[in-house]
Amino acid sequence: MSADRTVEIKIKRQMTPDGPSRWETFRVTVRPAMNIVGVLMQIAENPVTVDGKATAPVSYDANCLEEVCGSCAMRINGRVRMACSSLVDHLQAPIRLEPMSRFPVVRDLQVDRSRLFEDLKRVKAWIPIDGTYDLGPGPRMAPREQEAAYPFSRCISCGSCLEVCPQYNDGTHFVGAAVVGQVRLFNSYPTGKMNAYERLEALMGPGGIHECGYAQNCVEICPKEIPLTQAIAEVGGQVMRHALFEFLKK
Amino acid sequence: MAELGVPVEVFSIVPVKRSHSVCAQGGINAAKDLKGEGDSTWKHFDDTVFGGDFLANQPPVRDMTEAAPGIVDMLDRMGVMFNRTSEGLLDFRRFGGTLYSRTAFAGATTGQQLLYALDEQVRRFEAEGRVRKFEHWEMLSGVVDSNRACRGICAMDLRSMEVRTFPADAVIIATGGIGAIFGRSTNSVACTGSAQSALYQQGAYYANPEFVQVHPTAIPGEDKLRLMSESARGEGGRMWVPRDGKNWYFLEEWYPKYGNLVPRDIATRAIHKVVYELGLGVDGQPAVYLDLTHIDAKTLDRKLGGILETYEKFVGVDPRKEPMKVFPGMHYTMGGLWVDYKHRTNIAGLLAAGECEYQYHGANRLGANALLSCIYAGRVSGTAAVEHVQGLANGSDSVPSTVFEREARQQQELNDNLLKGQGTENPFAIWKEMGAGMTEHVTVIRNNDKLKKWDEKLVELLERSKRINLSDHSRWANQTLVFARELGNMLQLARAITLGALARNESRGAHYKPDFPERDDQNWLQTTKAYFAPDADEPRFVYEPVDTSLMPLRERKY
Ligand SMILES: Cc1cc2nc3c(=O)[nH]c(=O)nc-3n(C[C@H](O)[C@H](O)[C@H](O)COP(=O)(O)OP(=O)(O)OC[C@H]3O[C@@H](n4cnc5c(N)ncnc54)[C@H](O)[C@@H]3O)c2cc1C
Ligand code: SF4
Ligand code: FES
Repeated sequence: MSADRTVEIKIKRQMTPDGPSRWETFRVTVRPAMNIVGVLMQIAENPVTVDGKATAPVSYDANCLEEVCGSCAMRINGRVRMACSSLVDHLQAPIRLEPMSRFPVVRDLQVDRSRLFEDLKRVKAWIPIDGTYDLGPGPRMAPREQEAAYPFSRCISCGSCLEVCPQYNDGTHFVGAAVVGQVRLFNSYPTGKMNAYERLEALMGPGGIHECGYAQNCVEICPKEIPLTQAIAEVGGQVMRHALFEFLKK
Repeated sequence: MAELGVPVEVFSIVPVKRSHSVCAQGGINAAKDLKGEGDSTWKHFDDTVFGGDFLANQPPVRDMTEAAPGIVDMLDRMGVMFNRTSEGLLDFRRFGGTLYSRTAFAGATTGQQLLYALDEQVRRFEAEGRVRKFEHWEMLSGVVDSNRACRGICAMDLRSMEVRTFPADAVIIATGGIGAIFGRSTNSVACTGSAQSALYQQGAYYANPEFVQVHPTAIPGEDKLRLMSESARGEGGRMWVPRDGKNWYFLEEWYPKYGNLVPRDIATRAIHKVVYELGLGVDGQPAVYLDLTHIDAKTLDRKLGGILETYEKFVGVDPRKEPMKVFPGMHYTMGGLWVDYKHRTNIAGLLAAGECEYQYHGANRLGANALLSCIYAGRVSGTAAVEHVQGLANGSDSVPSTVFEREARQQQELNDNLLKGQGTENPFAIWKEMGAGMTEHVTVIRNNDKLKKWDEKLVELLERSKRINLSDHSRWANQTLVFARELGNMLQLARAITLGALARNESRGAHYKPDFPERDDQNWLQTTKAYFAPDADEPRFVYEPVDTSLMPLRERKY
């Protein structure tokens, strides 16, 4: 085996939500198939910067380590990526790590993405079942419809699509592509359809789907390759039809 | 519970949607017999008890398998995107340990879909004000009053580090697996077993700690072991290591009949032998090759596409061109908090459900039975908790506030001491040592001498863990402090696992001792119940007969 190879890591540190931020540089030994979580674990074992200064381990969120829990999104070399599936060998050194910019920083690379979950409440992203007692089988669903809907059920709420969305900010309150994708999902389930109007109405108000500027960054960045622009188009159509229908009823 | 109108508070370290259950890929078992194979819930019961080598109490297993079809229906009604047949019905596939197509699945992400469906229902209750969520909060301990009744929990806000007690008339623990005790495993980071361990140290029985499932083919990684599905071998993958400059296909040589498709535990033991006894791991590492390169890339893509992409993504190597490196990985704990058939622990008002308790899987869990047991246990425990609350003469509001204050103070002191600690020990380094030793001595092959020595080492690590110097002394979102706390709990539970294994002189299911290679029903058809002896600071054991009233014992042979 060759001698230990190292790589330089620059990390944007911020101890508290409204404290100042600064950059620190570390040097880590590269191991085979090492990912960014591996880098952060190595730093935690010996948190000393390249200048030999002892510092605190870097705070970050991670859980599954296989790109399915959505915890570990952060900016890596300026682009939002999942830390657990970002391999050191595929990144240009020195590697720069920063927290996502569209969410409040908790500490270091940890951010507060609770707004995303609040927005899921806003659009009622669930099937309002009668109860959990045994009511027999669910509705039948054509395999084709299941296959079309399935990709949307894989959204890990990482927030990457929101990070790159020019419209996702306090000005517009746009719910963002992930939430629209969930509306697409629930509106296509046979019993979810029954309450489609509630979700559509939620998307008609402030922060609704009309805020989308169709920049299409979301679909390119999504680590789960969810067809987000398709969802926006479909749900946009549903919203329009619903609005028209409501208008004609008056 | 929320459905029954009882106010509920949910605590979770990670946002619920990010819990470990998202990792489950394969599916969930229910004998709905939609394939005309003559499957039945009784056969599901039989497979589960047999697969668990008869260590599970049979009545609750029967009840679970009977409830399974209704549970899958419920999940379906919640909108889980299960795969469908051409008639639009649920599709089922075959899984290990059974002859029937009994596993409902949603692509390769079933656990994710099931967890989401349940999380969505909770979010709905939350929006209606019936459930209150505390995410990024970690439960530290139970609040146990002088009558040994649980009156709430003590928890810490993982951001502000505030330590607080929350009164409750009933507490249900659903804190999942314990993978982190083995260093790296197929589990998620939050699976430390810390909550279970804290309660065990507070007097809850911990059952069958020694039963730990190891999956033969995981992808070793610096940070975790990712599962490599058995289907890779099913499609012709061959396992080998280099020996004397040649490829040695050890499974094919040792087991000419089954070759690479020997059952999980046998494959796991063989790999262990190659690496630890013969010292033939690839590049001196604990790894062996799983080779698909002799199969043409097109066939591989068609049959194994998804899992090959995972390997490529995380390892950065194309398994169509280079053999994959795999190694058995700690995967699941059959052991957990002891509970009765209603999921009540031995502490009144404290219940447990899911991987953190021991009820359904005996000495070995069958694939796709875990998610089922989690949901079923959740149901049973929920009902039992409501029953408990309604039967309480005095609610938690009658408990003197000093009981709560004392617990909060104790937990706060633990934090303060850790923050003040001026020792020389690094918690991450101790954790690594614990994980390496647990993996080497307490997973696949157990040997009494080694277990004894390893326990002495654990005692030493526990001592060292008292001299930790945190590299982070701040009082905001201090993950190092949280980890150091968890480490202490992990070490205590590690001892229960190690000594539980030491005591059990037989081989059953996942527990294998070369010196005692047979199952010994005469002496060991017993549930291990570990309890913590605070004065001695160590685990003690009592044993309880297994309820085998429904199905006679037979030899476990596939
Ligand atoms: C890779 C992999 C694949 C698998 N595939 C399958 C499969 O196909 N089919 C199957 O049936 N099973 C499978 N399993 C097993 C199954 O996934 C688990 O047993 C199951 O998901 C455990 O669920 P749980 O609800 O008990 O725990 P978890 O999903 O781990 O949830 C535990 C929760 O408790 C919280 N928590 C933990 N400690 C604390 C604390 N101290 N304070 C507050 N909150 C806390 C966590 O935040 C989390 O929300 C698989 C397991 C792995 C590792
Ligand atoms: S849609 Fe994609 S990018 Fe957006 S939150 Fe979901 S998984 Fe992440
Ligand atoms: S840790 Fe779960 S997505 Fe990266």
